Amino acid sequence: MDWRDEGCIIAVRAHGESAAIIEVFTAVHGRHAGVVRGGASRRMAAVLQPGSQVAVAWQARLSEHMGVFSVEPLHLRSGLMADRLALAGLNAICALLHVALPERVAHPLLWRSTMALLAALEYGPGWPEEYLRWEAMLLEELGFGMDLGRCAVTGAREGLVYVSPKTGRAVSAAGAGDWAARLLPLPAVLLGQGRASAEELAQGFAVTGHFLARGLEPVLQGRPLPAARARLLDLLATL
Amino acid sequence: MDDTRDIEALIDLMARLPGLGPRSARRAVLALLKKRGQLMAPLAQAMANVALNARDCMVCGNIGTSELCPICADPARATGEICVVEDVADLWAMERGQAFKGRYHVLGGTLSALDSVGPDELGIPRLVARVASEGTREVILALNATVDGQTTAHYIADALAGSAAQITSLAQGVPVGGELDYLDDGTIGAALRARRRF
Repeated sequence: MDWRDEGCIIAVRAHGESAAIIEVFTAVHGRHAGVVRGGASRRMAAVLQPGSQVAVAWQARLSEHMGVFSVEPLHLRSGLMADRLALAGLNAICALLHVALPERVAHPLLWRSTMALLAALEYGPGWPEEYLRWEAMLLEELGFGMDLGRCAVTGAREGLVYVSPKTGRAVSAAGAGDWAARLLPLPAVLLGQGRASAEELAQGFAVTGHFLARGLEPVLQGRPLPAARARLLDLLATL
Repeated sequence: MDDTRDIEALIDLMARLPGLGPRSARRAVLALLKKRGQLMAPLAQAMANVALNARDCMVCGNIGTSELCPICADPARATGEICVVEDVADLWAMERGQAFKGRYHVLGGTLSALDSVGPDELGIPRLVARVASEGTREVILALNATVDGQTTAHYIADALAGSAAQITSLAQGVPVGGELDYLDDGTIGAALRARRRF
């Protein structure tokens, strides 16, 4: 069994003295783990970092084996290390992909979106909004997507200001009525409308965080969402 | 038969050490057996002593044989500078260079969400308290230039933001003997940003 693909490293751990086990989010093969022989060497240290974009060749005798990766660097993101906010963003992306994605299931849309987001971390100051929309896309890819197209009560397409924490469906102010206090505020940025203020971003993260925690409950088993995401939200709140 | 079992047990234990496998452990044990008087007995004695006396320094986390390591016990090293390192091996590497004359703080790892290592596991609150109580002038973050290392460095810098100490970090760039052609983009970028008048 063997294949070649392009991907982004999302987790690295030492395996014995000289090897490493890496997890790569690949374009065609999804989240995939494998051993890198010599992965603990100084030569490979710069390459085998979370966020590195790499070309991988995977080989195993049987498809169910973990297999061995050979890794070639395509684009390293060590420049992010000096930027604490971008580094926190990178950690949150990698931690969520590690926790949320099932192994060996392709998510081509999410992969393209992830690559664009990683590029935005390096070049653009507006990436927190992109990150928020990326979390919404992650929910969709996992099958927990929100239905924000029309009000669940009135059917209206305008004036959507809440989302139901139970159904994930949007609700208008008129439709919410006395139930408004039990609903989550829906910021316009999650509807793809305009730039978000810090408050709107926090509201957006509360919405995606709620559905991520609920959807990933079988994986998290009572644990909170990854600490890297909480760290990112803390940093964004101080801006 | 019992003797052989003891030797096999010794080989098994040696094979667990870094840099050794079953074959090299066997060779090492054979070498020790051939020099029982000159090497094996003193080695066993030294290992027994260290096993009995080794402990973590209660101030910095370095390994020593008393409550305070020699660096923390040395008044000449109270320079008001604390160098934060990931591991005791990094402390030893810094000491080999003989360039730093202050004291250290050993974290014992880096923040890692995947391995559930948080600030409390690394004793970061202890570092913050130490910086305040010792009147530290400068905290040098000498953490590895990895994603985990730099994430930890940023976290510590944020935790110490309220203190009077200046927070600095080691420079990143071209190592001695390094060739530009073999450096990654990030290192070249970091080196370019840290350029200085020549």
